[in-house]
Amino acid sequence: MNYDNVLSSRLKNIKPSGIRKFFDLLVGRDDVISLGIGEPDFVTPWHIRDAGIYSLEKGYTHYTPNAGTMELRREISNYLKRKTKMEYDPKDEILVTVGGSEAIDVALRALVENGDEVLIPEPSFVCYGPMATLSGATPVPIATTKETNFKLTPDALKAAITPKSKVIILPFPCNPTGAIMTREELETVSKVIIENNLIAISDEIYSELTYDIEHCTPASIPGMRERTIVVNGFSKAYAMTGWRLGYATGPRELIKPMTLIHQYAIMSAPTTAQYAAVEALKNGDEDIAEMREEYNRRRRVICDRLNSLGLTCFEPRGAFYVFPSIEITGLSSEEFCERLLKEHGVAVIPGNAFGACGEGFVRCCYASSMRDLTEALERIEAFLKKLGCVK
Amino acid sequence: MRKVLELLDKDCRLAASEIASMLDMTVAEVEEKIRKLEDEKIILGYRPIIDWEKVDKERISALIEIHIAPQQGQGFERVARRISQYDEVESVYLMSGGYDLFVSIRGKTLKEVAMFVAEKLAPLKEVTATATHFVLQKFKKHGVRFEQKDEGQERLTIL
Repeated sequence: MNYDNVLSSRLKNIKPSGIRKFFDLLVGRDDVISLGIGEPDFVTPWHIRDAGIYSLEKGYTHYTPNAGTMELRREISNYLKRKTKMEYDPKDEILVTVGGSEAIDVALRALVENGDEVLIPEPSFVCYGPMATLSGATPVPIATTKETNFKLTPDALKAAITPKSKVIILPFPCNPTGAIMTREELETVSKVIIENNLIAISDEIYSELTYDIEHCTPASIPGMRERTIVVNGFSKAYAMTGWRLGYATGPRELIKPMTLIHQYAIMSAPTTAQYAAVEALKNGDEDIAEMREEYNRRRRVICDRLNSLGLTCFEPRGAFYVFPSIEITGLSSEEFCERLLKEHGVAVIPGNAFGACGEGFVRCCYASSMRDLTEALERIEAFLKKLGCVK
Repeated sequence: MRKVLELLDKDCRLAASEIASMLDMTVAEVEEKIRKLEDEKIILGYRPIIDWEKVDKERISALIEIHIAPQQGQGFERVARRISQYDEVESVYLMSGGYDLFVSIRGKTLKEVAMFVAEKLAPLKEVTATATHFVLQKFKKHGVRFEQKDEGQERLTIL
């Protein structure tokens, strides 16, 4: 059978992530330190796991309401009020999803028509472009640069807007750069978003992981709430990646149609995870603070050391990534990563995996133990010495 | 100071330079703080947490409850310090509740530990009674869980 004729043409432009080939290099090697994976090294705090287990003991193994349990939606609403002073009605302005990723997917599917353009600041999370394509839209990258600390500027946004522009993704705090947007910066960008009648999907999955600065949600900028879908989840803040639980909040006129798609495609998010998440929101603030402090220490160590080695990185203020420039090596991002992995057993991700403008950079995740980080940095130093970049 | 202690409490092999980066201090400041903590006997030592089971199957430890008749003018202190002198004794705590001293002991064999209690601790004139509990398996010590490597877990390894 000729499967090319069978598969949807939408898949034609979707390539497997370039990073996959590194996966093959990893197989069968146990000496590799991976700074490649974007997930906390912490195990979910015990009291949260215990709440999940207890729900199973009680036999809570059925579907929940489509949008998630009312108890969880209420807790999410309280949490958002506490953290961002934003009010969302648990009844119909909050949708509990299978990870933040589903929330982004459902939001795009609810919003775009064939041919609509989705603006995506890059470098950013690898999923936005393919998800936009699969929903029939055309992804339009907006390059951000080291010179502006990888922030989205109003000028760059204006330059990318066409009559077909419909949605803008706001990926801050940013994976892979660690960039954040301050309230003032969001205000100037929001002005352009409002003037051009765009809808914003604000991916705030790293909102709890900002350092020495409070996270600001774009939805809180005057005029933005009505046109912003905020996506968040439990994976990064509470070290709950495997539970697959996220949520979307926004005006009910957008959340209701998203709930409709979710209802037919997913039914409801995992029940056990929802019970665990209630405990996380009720009693998890201290866990977040502790993990954030630990990430912050690692962040300082890795930035200091990379900068002193000449792999300069601007100070990441959010998430758990550093995005150093590898300019001094003269290598391409992929060459750098491949050789570092093959010759020195350290896995980092080439910057161009996150958009063409990420070329010349690599992403290092510092959600690894301090021992692993220190050892990885030693190996990176050895690699640079071999290349003749440091003495 | 507390931050330095908290870091060392989790990993006492951290270099001063690493602590300095983590806490945004200079190396000299960290070294000075640690020296002070040692001088003031706030930091009393640095020892690894070892799963001796894996090295020496016979090795054994015991927790002993001791009842004491306190001495005039000396209370429990003198006998507690005396018991602390023995190399076999790992820790000595004065307790509230049903007994007075809690002593942990480790030895090469069950017999060695039993003999130590019978010959060294029980005969002390202040000691009125002892109860020896042998440890069968350790699950956690000094905040560290004794666990096998997770072998069953399949995880995403990249991106």
